Amino acid sequence: METITKVIEFTGQISILEISYLIASILFILGLKKLSHPATARSGNLWAAAGMAAAILFTILFHQKDGQPIGNVIWIVVALAIGSFIGWYVSMKVKMTAMPQMVSIFNGMGGACAALISMMEFPKMQDHLASGGATNMLGGEGIAILLGLMIGGVSFAGSMIAFGKLDGRIGDLKHPILRIINLSFLALLLVSIILILFMKPEAGNNLPIYLFALAALIYGVTFVMPIGGADMPVVISLLNSFTGVAAAMGGFLYGNTAMLTGGILVGSSGTILTILMCNAMNRSLLNVIIGAFGVAGAAGTEDGDKTVKEISLSDAAVLLSYSQKVFIVPGYGLAVAQAQHLCHELDTLLASKGVEVKYAIHPVAGRMPGHMNVLLAEADVPYEKLVEMEDANNEMSNTDVVVVIGANDVVNPAAEDDPSSPIYGMPIIKALDAKNVIVMKRSMAAGYAAIPNNLFYHQKNRMLFGDAKVTLQKLIAEIKSL
Amino acid sequence: MEEILKFFLEYKDLIFIIVLSVFLGIEVISHVPAVLHTPLMSGSNAIHGVVIIGAIIVMGHAENTLSMILGFIAVILGTLNVVGGFVVTDRMLEMFKKKKK
Repeated sequence: METITKVIEFTGQISILEISYLIASILFILGLKKLSHPATARSGNLWAAAGMAAAILFTILFHQKDGQPIGNVIWIVVALAIGSFIGWYVSMKVKMTAMPQMVSIFNGMGGACAALISMMEFPKMQDHLASGGATNMLGGEGIAILLGLMIGGVSFAGSMIAFGKLDGRIGDLKHPILRIINLSFLALLLVSIILILFMKPEAGNNLPIYLFALAALIYGVTFVMPIGGADMPVVISLLNSFTGVAAAMGGFLYGNTAMLTGGILVGSSGTILTILMCNAMNRSLLNVIIGAFGVAGAAGTEDGDKTVKEISLSDAAVLLSYSQKVFIVPGYGLAVAQAQHLCHELDTLLASKGVEVKYAIHPVAGRMPGHMNVLLAEADVPYEKLVEMEDANNEMSNTDVVVVIGANDVVNPAAEDDPSSPIYGMPIIKALDAKNVIVMKRSMAAGYAAIPNNLFYHQKNRMLFGDAKVTLQKLIAEIKSL
Repeated sequence: MEEILKFFLEYKDLIFIIVLSVFLGIEVISHVPAVLHTPLMSGSNAIHGVVIIGAIIVMGHAENTLSMILGFIAVILGTLNVVGGFVVTDRMLEMFKKKKK
C-alpha cells in the first residue's frame, strides 16, 4: 500500500511541474506576442516574467531526478537572492544611454550559465558512460552538452566584447588575418565536437572539455572583434538568439520542456529580429558579420578642396527663432552628450516663439533601433513630436531648418547618390530637402561607419562645432537673449 | 542511417517541440515595428534566462564541492540574466508608456 501511494504522490508532483512548464511556455509565447505591439509591450514583459517565476519556483519545489528532489535548496535560494539583488540594482541604476551595454552583459550571463551547465554535466555523463563500458560518447546527451557549451561560451565571450565596444572600452580590430583565425576556430570547434563524441569515455578525463570551452571563448572574441561598433545592436541581437539556442540545448539535455520552448522561441524570434534590424539598415546579415564597412567605403569621395561653412551661435539662434518649422535629427552624439533634456528645452523654447518643432527619428539612429525614442521619452518629449523617417521626409520640403544633433550616417546623402558607398541604399533622413541645415558635431571626424559625409560640405549646410550639451546650452542662452 | 532513425525516435517529442517552436518564434514577432526592436530584444533576452532552470537542477543534484561552487555561480549568472533582463525591459517600456499620455 505504502509504495503505491508513494508512486502516486511522485507522479502528481511531476505532473504539477510539467503543468507549470506548460503555463510558463504559454506565458513566454503570449509575452513575446504582446512585446511586439506598442500598446501591450509592457504587460507582455510582465507576463513573460510571471512565466519565468512560476517555472523557477516549481522547479525548486517539485523537480526530481531519479526520485531525488532538489537538494541544497538554501544555497540555491541564496544564489537566487544574490543574483536578483545585483540584477535589480544594476538595472535600476543604469542610465538610459547605457541600456544596450546592459542587455549585452545580461545576455552574456545567460550564455555563461548555459556553458557552466555543460561543463558540469560533461564529467557526469563521461563517468556514467565509462562505468557502463561504452566505446564512444555519441548520442543526444553528448551533442546537447557540447553544442550548449560551444554556443553558450561564444555568446558569453562575444557579449563581453560587444559590451566593451559599446562602452567605448574596446576599439575595432580590423585585419584580414582575423577572418582567417576566426574561420579556423569555428572549424576547430566543429571538428572537436565530432572528435569528442567519438572519444572513448574515460572517468575523470576532463581536459578535452576544458580545452573545448577555451576554444569557444576565443572564438567568441574573434567573432565579434572585427565587427564595427555601429553594428553592435545587430551582433547583440544575434548573440541573444545564440543564448536562446544554448538554453534550449540544456532543455534537450534534461528533457525540460520550459527550457526547450523558451530557448527555441528566443533562438528563432531572435534570428528574425536580427534580420529585421539588418533590413532596416538595408544590409544583409552576412555583410554585417564579415564587416564591409570601412573596407570598400572611402574610395568614392575625395576631400580635396571642399570647404565647410560654420555658423555662429547668434546666427543659429536667429535662424531658428524666425523659422516656421524646424526638424531635429538626433543621433548617438546626443545620447553620449546626455543632451536630451537640453534638446527638449530647446524645442519648448522655440515652440514658445511660435516655431513648430518636431523630431525626425531614423529607425537605426543611435546604437540600437528605438534608442532615440527611449532617450527622448526620458526627457519628456511628447510622443506626437517624434516623427518616423518616412513621414519626416514627406514634410522636409516645407521645413525651414533641420538641426542634426550628433547624427551622421543616417543623414549621409551618399546612401542615395553614391553606389560605391557601403551604405548605398540605406534609407536616410533627407535633410537636404529642407531650406537650411545645421549640423552640431564635435569635429569633422567621420561617423561610426567611417564614411565621409558630403552633407557637411553642401552649400545648404552650416556646422556648429562643439559638444552637443555645451553647444545646446549656449544656443538656448542665445535664443533667450534675443 | 539506422543510428539517425533511432536518434529521431528516441527524441521525437523534443524534436517536435523544437521544430514547432522555431515556426512559432518567427510567426509571433514578424510584425514588430522598428521602435520596439530594442525592447523586444531585451525582453527575449530575459526569456532565455530560463536556462537558470538547468542551473538549479545541476546545483540541486550536485555531488561534490566543485559542482556546488560552479552551480552556485551558474545560478547567480542565470538570475542576473532573468532579473536584469526583465527589469531593464520594463524600464525601457516605461518610457514608452510615459509619452502616450
